[in-house]
Amino acid sequence: MSLQFILTVTLNGLTLAALYFIVASGFSLIFGLMRTVNMAHGALYMVGAYIGFAVFDPIYGSAWYSYAWLIAIVAGIAAVAILGVVMQVVFLGWMQGQELRQALVTIGLSIIIADQLLANFGGSPFQFFAPDMLFGPVQVPGVGRYPVFRLFQVGLAVAVGVGLWLLLNKTRLGIMVRAGVDDRQMLAACGVNVPLVAATVFALGAALAGLGGVIGATAQPMALGVDARFLLISLVVVIVGGMGSIGGTALGAILIGLAEQWGQVFFPTYSVILTFVIMAAVLAIRPQGLMGRKIA
Amino acid sequence: MTLPHKGSRPAWALGTTALVLALSASQVLAQDVIRIGSITTLEGPFATGGQDAYRTMEMAFEAVDYTVAGKTIEWIRESSDATPDVALARARKLIEQDNVDIIIGPLSGAEGIALRDYSRTLEGRTIVNGSSGAADTTLRDPSPNFFRFNTEGTQWMAGLGTHAYNDMGAEHVALVAADYAFPYAQVFGFMHEYCELGGAVTKLWSPLNTTDFSSIIAQIPSDADAVLLIQGGTDALAFLTQYAEVGGDLPIIGGSITADQTLLSARGPHQRLMEGMVAAGPIADLNDDPEWLEFVANYRERWPDGFDSPSIHAFNYYTNTIAVLQALEEVGGDLSDNQAAFQEALANVEFTNPMGANVRLDDNRQAISDIFLTRIVNDGGTMRTEAFGRTEDVSQTMGMDTEAFIALGSPSRDNPDCPPAR
Repeated sequence: MSLQFILTVTLNGLTLAALYFIVASGFSLIFGLMRTVNMAHGALYMVGAYIGFAVFDPIYGSAWYSYAWLIAIVAGIAAVAILGVVMQVVFLGWMQGQELRQALVTIGLSIIIADQLLANFGGSPFQFFAPDMLFGPVQVPGVGRYPVFRLFQVGLAVAVGVGLWLLLNKTRLGIMVRAGVDDRQMLAACGVNVPLVAATVFALGAALAGLGGVIGATAQPMALGVDARFLLISLVVVIVGGMGSIGGTALGAILIGLAEQWGQVFFPTYSVILTFVIMAAVLAIRPQGLMGRKIA
Repeated sequence: MTLPHKGSRPAWALGTTALVLALSASQVLAQDVIRIGSITTLEGPFATGGQDAYRTMEMAFEAVDYTVAGKTIEWIRESSDATPDVALARARKLIEQDNVDIIIGPLSGAEGIALRDYSRTLEGRTIVNGSSGAADTTLRDPSPNFFRFNTEGTQWMAGLGTHAYNDMGAEHVALVAADYAFPYAQVFGFMHEYCELGGAVTKLWSPLNTTDFSSIIAQIPSDADAVLLIQGGTDALAFLTQYAEVGGDLPIIGGSITADQTLLSARGPHQRLMEGMVAAGPIADLNDDPEWLEFVANYRERWPDGFDSPSIHAFNYYTNTIAVLQALEEVGGDLSDNQAAFQEALANVEFTNPMGANVRLDDNRQAISDIFLTRIVNDGGTMRTEAFGRTEDVSQTMGMDTEAFIALGSPSRDNPDCPPAR
């Protein structure tokens, strides 16, 4: 096994982790921070991709084709953010704290969403064409030819991570969110419109799922059924990393991404199991997650 | 409460008479109706293929106006999700509750083996395959009640290994294949010819539903002359996109379900690699045979919402359905005596399938027919497969003696094997 091969597979793991991080960071906001059980996160991911593609496809065939992908990203993010706000306001907001109820409602929603997508868009898979600037190989020292889009994924994930960290730690909204996590009632008593804050955070988390949807459907084919896969990945990443910690989510995503790629090299048939072995080990040794706070 | 002894007798007698009358009436009816059940995958990973299979089956029944030898055909459709246990449960339901005479199905490999085993327990019922293509369904331990008029995974690769070695000059191919029974059969068919000629194969297996092939792509040896891609649906789409992304430029040789409508009709970067991809299988979209042209024209007219050209599953279900109709016609719809006459006729039926290829059965009730080499061409903006070679009368044993062929062993991850010399 050459050094080049080791570097390539490791880079594959890190770039896959970047995609997982983008999707799971939204889940971490909603589930980890807000404690809203959202089993429809995978469905939100899928809606982002499908709405994005519905906008992308006609534009790609027109003279504006070079902007199609960017417009698809904006459309995917906007559509899913709006859907997220509706979910939070109509369903989840007033059942805050009732985990089982939220879980069942969101599972129901994700089934309805998946069937609606099937009815409206059919069962054929699709994939976005990345803009020419982001398509094709570049030379990476020590690795050789490497797809530039996967490197772009890493840049985007870092930007999302830094952005979220700044938002949560350096802004007024961040202070309110963190205060709301610790004591909702006291925050409301201070004159903060808690439902508005909750809806904003949900919209942000959903928007990240939408962004992940378009990015993910550019890197991998999109078809019905991926919602369950990405919900599961988000759950595993957030549980391994620790609830509500952006750093933890990044660490969890890196672990899962590397495990998946190295697993494919060493034991292809059973690589899926490795992910769950990691989750079980973390839960056994450090139930709050690698970087999670211990809940009193 | 006391039982009304006196009053009950006439009512009881009346009831019995009514029941007897009803039973005999239904028996009379039953003789005028032939009940055909069918199973395909309308759920799960092959749902679009299953939907397409029922399109052409419906065409076959409509062509005879749901009547054969003066009897009415009653068609009962069932759905599976490509897993053997669901296929088996639906087959039981068709036999036990719907009381069907014949089942046509299933679509996927492992389901076929499950129904083959189930058919052995039946008396006076027949199962005719739909589109499943595992070799062992009819090769090893065949069932007298199971018939397959479509060719299977190993047969479908006939001629491709020779083409790769002799015409493409590929002496070493990197195999990228999904890790389950159907690809094993396809790889067996390819390597059977290819290794014999002196070719070498580096095997790279991936689990079904792999979406990120980047680390598999990294393992493709630098001295490989071509990539042999035995993947279907979204797995094939993912591989080709990601291979295009790293600037991969080896010629691609596909399996029989690689170049299917999922891939051809999907839009994405993979299209840059697909043009010129060679593969082998029982059908090709572009084929000058008048039977095929008529079949495609009928399909398009009947199903404007369907595919551009019938899929491999649609073709296989259609082929099996017309075989059943032809055998029923020959025996005048006679299913008596545990379907003895019907099964006899079915075993000896010989006809031309929509590709214009002759179909007949071997002693294991497995089809012997023609296999086509295909190439993907850009037909005015639409990707289609075009036939450029034909191997006639391909048997399940690839022309070998049955015993010698069985002695080669079941297709598996490690069988056959011809790794490059290091």
